[in-house]
Amino acid sequence: MGTNKLDEVTGTETTGHEWDGIAELNTPLPRWWVLTFWATFIWSIGYWIVYPAFPLMNSYTKGLGNYTERAVVEEDLSKLNAMRAESAKKLMGASLEDIKNNTELLNFARAMATPAFGDNCAPCHGTGASGSKGFPNLNDDDWLWGGTLEDIHQTIKVGVRDKHEDTRVNDMPAFGKDEVLEPKQITDVAGYVLSLSGGKVDGADVEAGKTLFAENCASCHGEDAKGMTEMGAPNLTDNIWLYGGDAKTVLATINGSRKGIMPTWEGRLDPATIKALAVYVHTLGGGK
Amino acid sequence: MGFKHEVFEKNSILLTVGILLAVILGGMVEIVPLFYLGSTIEKVEGVRPYTPLELAGRNIYIREGCYLCHSQMIRPLRDEVERYGPYSLAAESKYDHPFQWGSKRTGPDLARVGGKYSDAWHKEHLINPRGIVPESVMPGYPFLATTPLKESNIAANDMSAHLKVNSWVGVPYTDDMIKMAVADMNAQAGDPDSDEAEALKSRYGEKVKVRNFDGNPEVTELDALIAYLQVLGTMVDFSLYKDKAPVEWQR
Repeated sequence: MGTNKLDEVTGTETTGHEWDGIAELNTPLPRWWVLTFWATFIWSIGYWIVYPAFPLMNSYTKGLGNYTERAVVEEDLSKLNAMRAESAKKLMGASLEDIKNNTELLNFARAMATPAFGDNCAPCHGTGASGSKGFPNLNDDDWLWGGTLEDIHQTIKVGVRDKHEDTRVNDMPAFGKDEVLEPKQITDVAGYVLSLSGGKVDGADVEAGKTLFAENCASCHGEDAKGMTEMGAPNLTDNIWLYGGDAKTVLATINGSRKGIMPTWEGRLDPATIKALAVYVHTLGGGK
Repeated sequence: MGFKHEVFEKNSILLTVGILLAVILGGMVEIVPLFYLGSTIEKVEGVRPYTPLELAGRNIYIREGCYLCHSQMIRPLRDEVERYGPYSLAAESKYDHPFQWGSKRTGPDLARVGGKYSDAWHKEHLINPRGIVPESVMPGYPFLATTPLKESNIAANDMSAHLKVNSWVGVPYTDDMIKMAVADMNAQAGDPDSDEAEALKSRYGEKVKVRNFDGNPEVTELDALIAYLQVLGTMVDFSLYKDKAPVEWQR
């Protein structure tokens, strides 16, 4: 620099590039910009000293602050847990009935359960708990394993056909696959079952089906086919179907049985969350 | 006025050499130490190379672009740990080539999805996501269920080659594992009590999940993908590391 001529109007140097008599100015960077630029360098020195920065032969400089993101998250979590522990203690100290009847506890339980439900239950039961094929609707008052607070709590805790030693389990025979009944008999039973809620199966002898039902199905589903929650046997008269109530699906259900699984949540969720979830599900609309 | 940056700006060779030196120096400081510092990859028990079936599932995961919407890294932040579980460790993806950390989360993070849902759930959900989660925007992958793995363009009968390439970049697959890759792949989606399943477990450990993942006797791409999803984030037993974890892993 200093080799190029000065622009007459601004007094600034030019770069020496010229187009049709128009010369390019070489305006220096503004002073504030240059100062900020150097300030960032100085700032970085402070950063090196306080935070982890340089690698060494076997380790790295840890910095005066001894900062690690992992330590921070552990601290955040323990704070959070301490905060929750207090309210959780209240939940653990109260019975399910008390939680439901105490507005403060109920609000807390619902606040605790909403995200837990969204993360753990909604994938199968749906975000609105309305269920889908194979996954029960939790808003209605039709319960496979019982709809009282205690029943729901137990189901969440131990799951259905899962790892827990007390898990809820029943074993409907695969009447067709295991050749317990003849294909014609299955059609008859399906015809009888569907007739209870106003449906029908082509070619079914409903009277014969009724007799077969009493012999093969009533022990779990009840004489009146209204189900038994102690065995997880669904009510077959209410036109609420877990797998579908059309003739084809009911035939498939009797033929091959159904073995839905719900995970055991004890161990995966803490006891307070399970309690909160039980109350939450109970208050969705159909609790008994 | 001493040194001027103009010297670089006006001499392209000098500028090139200058850039090269800056990159080399930066690389020496920022990249090289990662290869020798012990604290880069935590020492934890349990992380093993993927079984051939899981690796095939991983190939499908990459082929279908799952990574475009799903990340596989739980960051050490309170909200993430609350939702997804213990934050991801570098050790957990040390046999991933390339790793699937990602940063785009149209769908949830999958780093610890293993064991969270049942195989049946995964099957239904991969075939028709909206059948289970009505508000989902995930596309369905029904063809996975009908594509036999042996005809798949990512696994077929050259699973040994996939293992071999991984072994070149440092995944400790033994010669035995490479040789038996196809047999192991099929065994994992079959009968858990078979001799082949025993052989698979002797190579990869007792914790390997052997079962018919998609409920269909044929070994399909769906088997592979579910096997992969079910192992994600399950290799390290975090109950062993509770409390002392953050300190331990700094070493």
